[in-house]
Amino acid sequence: MEPTVPRMLAASFLVSLFVMIMSFPAGAITLSVGQQQSFQTIKEAVTAAHPGDTILVYPGNYREGNILIRKSLVLIGRDYPVLDGEDKYEIITVAATDVVIQGLHLVNTGAASINDIAAIKGLDVKRMKILNNRFDETFFGIHLSNSSQCLIEGNMLKGTAGARAEQDVGNGIHLWKSDHITIRNNDVTGHRDGIYFEFVTRSRVSGNFSHQNLRYGLHFMFSNDDEYMDNTFQNNGSGVAIMYTKGVTMVGNRFEGNQGAASYGLLLKDIGDSRIEQCQFARNTVGIYMEGSSRCILKDNTFRENGWALKIQASCDNNTLTRNNFIANTFDVATNGSISLNTLAGNYWDKYEGYDLNRDGTGDVPYHPVSLYGMIVEKMPTSVMLWRSFLVMLLDRAEKVVPAVTPENLRDDSPSMRML
Amino acid sequence: MIEVRNVNKRFGKLEVLREVNATFQKGGSYAIVGPNGSGKTTLIKSILGMVLPDSGTIEVDGESVRGHWSYRERIGYMPQIGRYPDNIKIGQLLTMIRDLRGTAKATDDELVHELRLDELSDKRMHTLSGGTRQKVSAAISFLFDPAVLILDEPTAGLDPLSVEILKAKILKEKERGKVFLITSHIMSDLDELSSHILYIEEGIVRYDNMIAELKRQTGEEKLGRAIAGMMRNNFKANPS
Amino acid sequence: MIRITKHALYDILRNRFVLFYAVFLMIITFSLFSLDSDPGKAILSLLNIVLMVVPLVSIIFTTIYFFNSYEFIELLLSQPIDRKVIFFSEFLAISIALSAAYLVGVGLPVLLLGGQGALYMLVSGLLLTWVFVSLAFAASVSTRDKARGIGMSLLFWFYFSLIYDGLILYLIYSFSDYPMEKLTLALISLNPVDLARIVILLKLDISALMGYTGAFLKNFFGTGLGIGYSMSLLVAWSLIPLLYALRKFLRKDI
Repeated sequence: MEPTVPRMLAASFLVSLFVMIMSFPAGAITLSVGQQQSFQTIKEAVTAAHPGDTILVYPGNYREGNILIRKSLVLIGRDYPVLDGEDKYEIITVAATDVVIQGLHLVNTGAASINDIAAIKGLDVKRMKILNNRFDETFFGIHLSNSSQCLIEGNMLKGTAGARAEQDVGNGIHLWKSDHITIRNNDVTGHRDGIYFEFVTRSRVSGNFSHQNLRYGLHFMFSNDDEYMDNTFQNNGSGVAIMYTKGVTMVGNRFEGNQGAASYGLLLKDIGDSRIEQCQFARNTVGIYMEGSSRCILKDNTFRENGWALKIQASCDNNTLTRNNFIANTFDVATNGSISLNTLAGNYWDKYEGYDLNRDGTGDVPYHPVSLYGMIVEKMPTSVMLWRSFLVMLLDRAEKVVPAVTPENLRDDSPSMRML
Repeated sequence: MIEVRNVNKRFGKLEVLREVNATFQKGGSYAIVGPNGSGKTTLIKSILGMVLPDSGTIEVDGESVRGHWSYRERIGYMPQIGRYPDNIKIGQLLTMIRDLRGTAKATDDELVHELRLDELSDKRMHTLSGGTRQKVSAAISFLFDPAVLILDEPTAGLDPLSVEILKAKILKEKERGKVFLITSHIMSDLDELSSHILYIEEGIVRYDNMIAELKRQTGEEKLGRAIAGMMRNNFKANPS
Repeated sequence: MIRITKHALYDILRNRFVLFYAVFLMIITFSLFSLDSDPGKAILSLLNIVLMVVPLVSIIFTTIYFFNSYEFIELLLSQPIDRKVIFFSEFLAISIALSAAYLVGVGLPVLLLGGQGALYMLVSGLLLTWVFVSLAFAASVSTRDKARGIGMSLLFWFYFSLIYDGLILYLIYSFSDYPMEKLTLALISLNPVDLARIVILLKLDISALMGYTGAFLKNFFGTGLGIGYSMSLLVAWSLIPLLYALRKFLRKDI
């Protein structure tokens, strides 16, 4: 009873036609804005436009305060016209479905601590697209709440980098209570948090570059079932923090150069049933800091040249670490408890000194990644000043021979002899 | 020439020199005599500035030795036990000392030749016998033609031939008006070489006079007997 | 002074030890670099040599040499030479010999093979050599007995490379409830080995990874001022024991 191929084609053609008619209602026109164009200001064009129309903004400097869009419009900038918020206004506020904002250069939003002034704000929007815009000196860059099925792609966001204190800067891409959002290939810098999610579900974040933000490169909580692929988080004040969330998938991300007293490549707090795979953690004070997290799988990641590759608190259980590389970290693993409820297996540890008699690629004696000195530093951070001293060397050697303090069951029984 | 006044020195609890006074004058040859551990070497080393007295003054040509060093140009010293860097050769040692002094003046190599040290110049110091080292010390002490010679047990350990060579050298230099301070336990040597005697016991100078006078006082011909006689008389003959 | 230094230097070189020391350091350095493909890691391994072996050899060799050259000193003292000149000449001769051995054994390979922080390691090692030569002098003039002198030197070495750090750890443990950063700065300043270690480590650029204390130390020692501070402190560390030793030597009966 299968439909024949010609009938399928006919059906899909009809569907497409229907969609086209719906999205481009009869009479959809393009309104041009610019000094030599029919509209001098964007606001006039927005007022004149009908849903489905396109507003084409020519190069120029537009100081129009707040532009409110309440219909489904396409707003396209040619050669990046500048929309200036004069340090007072929120530039574009959208409260309609199917709005597209593309190719604009948004600068100098206002800043306020009470309401979140943004360059582009979407309220209860659907299917909104924010494409290839530039943001400079913005308090919040993109701010969506109660929205779904939106696409944020190819934007360059630069926050009020001059400001110092966290409270003087907003987030780059800020989402609240949204779902099915795609955030792709954006470059975010100079904000408080590069990308911020709260109650955002079933969304996908990929190929973004979030760097030199004051607090976190990526920060989310209560945001279940999201995917993070191939992003780079670099030199952010405190790295990346994710909290109170289940079903996170993180693959192929890079966490680099997040250094400081409270900096982490990746902070996991109360995270459950999540996967972190093929990620690179390099030159962070702490590669991954895990607390209250359960049933997470950390696999095929590489930890390189971190102060601590992994800090796993005793409140974590049933997590699995396997096939990860630990290379040139000062400390491989630190913990604050004496027992461990997590599984370590088949990782490569460059500090492993065991042997492999049967040449199966797996070391014959277990590796204990927690060093005595690591534990001392965990308890008394100041003692880090003794790092690489003769005393520390002796302590660690002695503990290796007669383990007394380090948790006996936090160990890799099948350490890999080769890098994976 | 050399004035020692009220010199005291203790090593820990041991009083090595007690209120020592002595004058060593130009043209004199002084035998410093006393039992082992009486303070002879300490006195000598004090004059050389190697030991620093706790109190009192030592002057050489009217200049205090404390904190000074240039006066040692005028002193030749032959230590009791000549100790030298192990790996140095005799030739190198002599060259080095000449180099250290840096004087353009021709050195007095007479003893070097007569004691045949030039034939041994390739020998390393640690291979030498005690006697040969003594010869080296003797040669060095005369090398720069000093006005004062301080010889600590010069003849002990030397073979008879070398003793004679050294004695001849001492007498020759004495004729030239040099001052000698000689310690020795061999009284016959001192009899030949000295004109004065300074007897020290437990750091105290017990007798200080011409040897001829001592002999006259005790009526003895030989210095050894004269000293023994003086000791029997409990130093009553001591003029001081 | 130059003449005496020259002769003392001849004397040191006649005994082959310094040559062995240089060759030993060179073999170690080259093998560390060939074992580790990453020069940064090799430098880190070399750090242990510089912080432990160099001070140990410097202090023990100097002490033994000082006692062995008593004869030479005695000979010099009977000559018209100032005691100060004799003292400084001996110090210079030993420092030059050990520094040269270090520069040849560690410096040459490190400069050839490079690596981050190599220069700082070189300079710090050199300064540590002088510090421990100077400490050896202080130990040597304090006693007439060679065995006691060597014992005292060993104790110095143990104190600075192990015992002191143990005390620091105890202190940190006892006062772990208080902010200790400023105090650590003072504590580091009081131990030349710790000082050299921290300076080198900070130059290896791993310090920022070490949390708050690391960042604090980096803020201080990472600046030009901090480097200047630590270098001049190391120089002070080599001068103070030396001047103490000089004082004693000038009053010493030979």
